Amino acid sequence: MDFLRPASWEEALAAKAAHPTAVPIAGGTDVMVEINFDHRRPEYLLDLNRIGELSEWAVGEETVELGASVPYTRIMEDLRAELPGLALASHTVASPQIRNRGGVGGNLGTASPAGDAHPALLAAGAEVEVESVRGSRRIPIDDFYTGVKRNALAADELIKTVHIRKADGPQQFSKVGTRNAMVIALCAFGLALHPGTRTVRTGIGSAAPTPVRARVAEEFLNAALDEGGFWESGKVITPSVARQFAMLVSAACNPIDDVRGTAAYRRHAVDIMARRQLGWTWEQYRRGGHPLEGAA
Amino acid sequence: MPTTGTPTSLSQGSRTSGGIGESTLRPDGTLKVTGEFAYSSDMWHDDMLWGHTLRSTVAHAAIRSIDIAEALATPGVHAVLTYDDLPAPVKNYGLEIQDTPVLAHGKVRHHGEPVAVIAADHPETARRAAAKIRVDYAELPVVTDEASATAPGAPLVHEDRADHHSGHVPHPNIVHRQPIVRGDAAGAAARADVIVTGDYVFGMQDQAFLGPESGLAVPAEDGGVDLYVATQWLHSDLRQIAPVLGLPEEKVRMTLSGVGGAFGGREDLSMQIHGCLLALRTGKPVKMVYNRFESFFGHVHRHPARLHYEHGATRDGRITHMKCRIVLDGGAYASSSPAVVGNAASLSAGPYVIENVDIEALALYTNNPPCGAMRGFGAVQACFAYEAQMDRLAAALGLDPVEFRQLNAMEQGTLMPTGQRVDSPAPVAELLRRVKARPLPPEQQWLAAGEEADVRALPGGLSNTTHGEGVVRGVGYAVGIKNVGFSEGFDDYSTARVRLEVIAGEPVAVVHTAMAEVGQGGVTVHAQIARTELGVAQVTILPADTRVGSAGSTSASRQTYVTGGAIKHTCEAVRERVLELGRRKFGTYHPAWATAELLLEDGKVVTHGGEVLAGLADVLEDEAVDLELEWRHRPTEAFDLRTGQGNGHVQYSFAAHRAVVEVDTELGLVKVVELAVAQDVGKALNPLSVIGQIQGGTTQGLGVAVMEEIVVDPVTAKVRNPSFTDYLIPTILDTPTIPVDLLELADEHAPYGLRGAGEAPTLSSTPAILAAIRNATGLELNRTPVRPEHLTGTGTDSSGTGTGTGGRTAP
Repeated sequence: MDFLRPASWEEALAAKAAHPTAVPIAGGTDVMVEINFDHRRPEYLLDLNRIGELSEWAVGEETVELGASVPYTRIMEDLRAELPGLALASHTVASPQIRNRGGVGGNLGTASPAGDAHPALLAAGAEVEVESVRGSRRIPIDDFYTGVKRNALAADELIKTVHIRKADGPQQFSKVGTRNAMVIALCAFGLALHPGTRTVRTGIGSAAPTPVRARVAEEFLNAALDEGGFWESGKVITPSVARQFAMLVSAACNPIDDVRGTAAYRRHAVDIMARRQLGWTWEQYRRGGHPLEGAA
Repeated sequence: MPTTGTPTSLSQGSRTSGGIGESTLRPDGTLKVTGEFAYSSDMWHDDMLWGHTLRSTVAHAAIRSIDIAEALATPGVHAVLTYDDLPAPVKNYGLEIQDTPVLAHGKVRHHGEPVAVIAADHPETARRAAAKIRVDYAELPVVTDEASATAPGAPLVHEDRADHHSGHVPHPNIVHRQPIVRGDAAGAAARADVIVTGDYVFGMQDQAFLGPESGLAVPAEDGGVDLYVATQWLHSDLRQIAPVLGLPEEKVRMTLSGVGGAFGGREDLSMQIHGCLLALRTGKPVKMVYNRFESFFGHVHRHPARLHYEHGATRDGRITHMKCRIVLDGGAYASSSPAVVGNAASLSAGPYVIENVDIEALALYTNNPPCGAMRGFGAVQACFAYEAQMDRLAAALGLDPVEFRQLNAMEQGTLMPTGQRVDSPAPVAELLRRVKARPLPPEQQWLAAGEEADVRALPGGLSNTTHGEGVVRGVGYAVGIKNVGFSEGFDDYSTARVRLEVIAGEPVAVVHTAMAEVGQGGVTVHAQIARTELGVAQVTILPADTRVGSAGSTSASRQTYVTGGAIKHTCEAVRERVLELGRRKFGTYHPAWATAELLLEDGKVVTHGGEVLAGLADVLEDEAVDLELEWRHRPTEAFDLRTGQGNGHVQYSFAAHRAVVEVDTELGLVKVVELAVAQDVGKALNPLSVIGQIQGGTTQGLGVAVMEEIVVDPVTAKVRNPSFTDYLIPTILDTPTIPVDLLELADEHAPYGLRGAGEAPTLSSTPAILAAIRNATGLELNRTPVRPEHLTGTGTDSSGTGTGTGGRTAP
């Protein structure tokens, strides 16, 4: 195994072009586990840790430009207001040590359905900026996940920046695991209200081959909120609407039975999380509230 | 009920600082928490090779052929060994039954069985070479439970058994069976006003020690080998290793290296023989370290169990009888299954007065992973079931579950189902009273911080799954009984060598035993005993090795009792020698030398009244007093194979728990809020350490209540979750407050009155949590660990993770 250590982004792109099988490593959260467990023995490792710009972020008018290697700890501590859903998701990533190392780029690169960032990115709305020696492009998050642990990257491309829409309303994220910390998701759900566009967006993790949005549920809720004039009145959402929304979110799941849990449980848990989060976010919207900060 | 003990008979030296009863600090504590402690996996030797084990990828198969040619030809590979390379006629090992092949011979019986070992100059080279070994397996049908193992025509896991249990078991796939019959259970059942039956399932728990199996074998010039290894019992290892190497025991010299936890999982051999074989073959030091994945295959687990119980009671709340059948899955090799069966059977009635019992416990041979010793050792599974039964009985009678238990609680003088009289304090009712009397933790603590819910105090924690929705509190109680020490007639002795001499003007005691310090704090307590008995400030504990006699195993809650007892005994003999010396030198100077009972305190010979007769330095001068002695506790007897009668145990240990849980009833997530414990330890030699033991055992019981389980595929018998990603153990955020109430009721038969303490808290923690979850949810929950799908009705039937069958209440 060769260990490539580019000193700059340009060198990294050149190395990836020269060795398309090279596996990029930044925090190592996923890559090192796979190597330690002998699940993969890549020919080349491409170390991105010398490229400082990947650990930088900038808050713009509409979006946050989040470098692929910005650690979860920074998101939790410095971007709670702009990215509340992702900040809540970051809290659930592994242990403090790993949150100091791991970043969203790794979650996207691995594209495991169990990655904690995905539901929050899907719900907020994001674009993944990738680059190769051939040039740069932005992949909408909705098109990014293409299969189990597969993404839309070409072999010579590297993830540079994630452009995430700043929260314009309340956002929530929950994850179910069978212990209270340091646990891989049995399933996860994220919800973002976008009062500016009178829409909601969702993200489901670990309950389908890829991270997915519950589009039918979103459309149902968008229509119900619109028709009932809820956005304007801020009145309490009818329980039957919340139930129907949660049911449709659950119906968007396509889970499996595995050693961590049953498909039936995952559908059930996503339903509960969706109903609760709609309650939490809507209550906050009604209060004219500031983006909800998890009380962690 | 007395709440304080009879005074423990301190033989002497109670005024010496750092002696027993003080919370002296562990010598290894700071090193461990700062990462400086050298564990066995940290060992290094110049010129050493790395050993690696090739393990079976299937559970049950005939081996048609093994082709090692390509592996052996790999540059950097020094040796590849299979069964054919074993040097001696003895090719099997085992704790009680030598049924375990050092390397597979013609067939493999479980997933992960060692087939070949490799030594190479780099661990990665060894791993790659292992991948080049071609093993041709012809898969055989597997047996995975009682039904498949005892069905007509079932494949036999071990053909041609000739072990000492093979003659009395009803089927060759049953390792050992122990019935216990006392009184007339059938007759008593007819007198019962209520009868409650239940079927219970206990999942396979792993010891999950953090330091993986590892050791370093160094070939010696005399043709022998020096082995440095993390283990629980050096001399037991030695007895199994030497014959397979074809060496006399004196040519296999063992030294304990840093042990990162054990909990029973290091009683059986792991890399010991493999490392020695490779070292002797290559003539070079060989280091072996399992990675986490391999560790799950490198040691035995706790027996999963299926338990059927029937209890009856009269309307006034007295238990009339108990019938039970406990089926333990021992997996492919015997390990300590026979002793686990004996424990499960003899402790199956719990700490209750039950005069009429009909008990059967057995362990199966299957193609599942081998199971053996783990903290609680057969008593854990039984306690989970009988405590669920106690709650059901109380409910059927309309009685408070704690009062019902107290009404039937055993006490000193009660007869066990084996006919053995409990001849030291058994404060079962008092332990329950204490945990019940404790104030409950405040409700809805997640609201304490302010307006927003503090998710850390809620089920799901930082995963942010509830802000209080669906959360219901439950409270549950349990109490258990565990034996201390090795039972059933085993010669359970220990050896201590103690040397007292003067170094640089100061008296120093040197204590040498083969006791394995596995994290329990034995070295701390042993030094305290020496200080107390010899009245010296400076005590050196030598590294444990086989140059001194056996200390027995660091298990069965026994080392403070037995090796502590051996040190006390040897110190007493050393003290007598010292006083003899003193009498010879100074006897004429003071009449007290001849007439008074003399003590050693603060480096001096003193009278009971405190008068100083001489300094130890003056008594000893250049002379050292050096003794190595064995010490035994009272002997025990085997259980009768038909009736189970016999004085099988040395001592009993009791703990009670109250669990307070909060359950998110919609998501099926559990937060254990508090686990209050009361335990009688006889005498707390080191209160801080014994509280740590109790909190640790309690937490291990929590693990198997709500998360810990090795999942074995029922069709292939392969392990599905051999990693800490999917085998979950409690983190600090899962660990509740654990207030500990220590009782010190002396057992007059034990050194200092102490009672073995390490295991009892592991028993009652689990059923208390289960009872609390039942209390919160109203569900029956006959299986542990409880998973979210069990609490939400979203399980599957096929995976064996259903909620189990319910009990029924007869009118």
